[in-house]
Amino acid sequence: MPVQATPDLMIFGVLAGLAAMTAVGVVAFRNAVRSALCLVLNFFSLAFLYFTLQAELLGMTQIIVYTGAIMVLFLFVIMLLNLGSLQVLDERPDLIKKGLGFLFGGALFGLTATQVVQPFLQTSQQFAPEGFGSPQAVGRTLFTSYVWPFEIASILLLIGIVGSILLAKRRI
Amino acid sequence: METGVPLAAYLGLGLFMFVVGVVGVIIRRNPIVIFMCIELMLNSVNLTFLAFAKYGPATANADPYQHAMAGQMAVIFVMAVAAAEVAVGLGIIMMIFRSRNTIDVDEVNLLRG
Repeated sequence: MPVQATPDLMIFGVLAGLAAMTAVGVVAFRNAVRSALCLVLNFFSLAFLYFTLQAELLGMTQIIVYTGAIMVLFLFVIMLLNLGSLQVLDERPDLIKKGLGFLFGGALFGLTATQVVQPFLQTSQQFAPEGFGSPQAVGRTLFTSYVWPFEIASILLLIGIVGSILLAKRRI
Repeated sequence: METGVPLAAYLGLGLFMFVVGVVGVIIRRNPIVIFMCIELMLNSVNLTFLAFAKYGPATANADPYQHAMAGQMAVIFVMAVAAAEVAVGLGIIMMIFRSRNTIDVDEVNLLRG
């Protein structure tokens, strides 16, 4: 399949390269704070990849929920427990674990790439209608066809709030 | 509509990020980093969902609008579950650190039979 170097492809290449490098950085850095900052960059580049897929609302949600809320929570806990310093948790190099991990990872990558991704190599036609990622379209679908899962999600979040308070408080 | 970016490019990036997350969960011992790797895996799946939503149904008689919406709804619910999961998981990590003064996942083996 011939691939022309369109501007879209170049933008995708920059964002995908950034996302891939920061994903490796999350695992490779020994310092947890650096891993967290890499993950923030990864989520940002993913948000812009969502924009390239014309899912504007979800791109904004990605920035607000992931980089705004979840990563702040992560950094807060890291700094509260002082996990940034390496004295707290000195990870001794474990060659068996590392070897097994890379072996499983390589096997998973090879298997999925050949069996799942390979049939889609020819696909580049986009069928989604214009404006499918706009807040109006997403909101209308969320509150009509998907209102039952939406309510279940709200109950799940309520249970999450209660559970985390119960866990974190010393005395109720 | 064609933009020059094939679907396989998005799928390949999602697959790469997922594999990096799996390897990280296996080889790291810091539970916070393991948690971040789980977030990485969830996000790679979100990217795959949105790519499939954009690139349309594989079958001819499916409705493209419903198809695109289904992918986005899956991403919204994954985000909601991830938010709840992070709140509870970080609470558990804090409790472990308070009661045992270590968070090394290889040291915390109370439930080992």
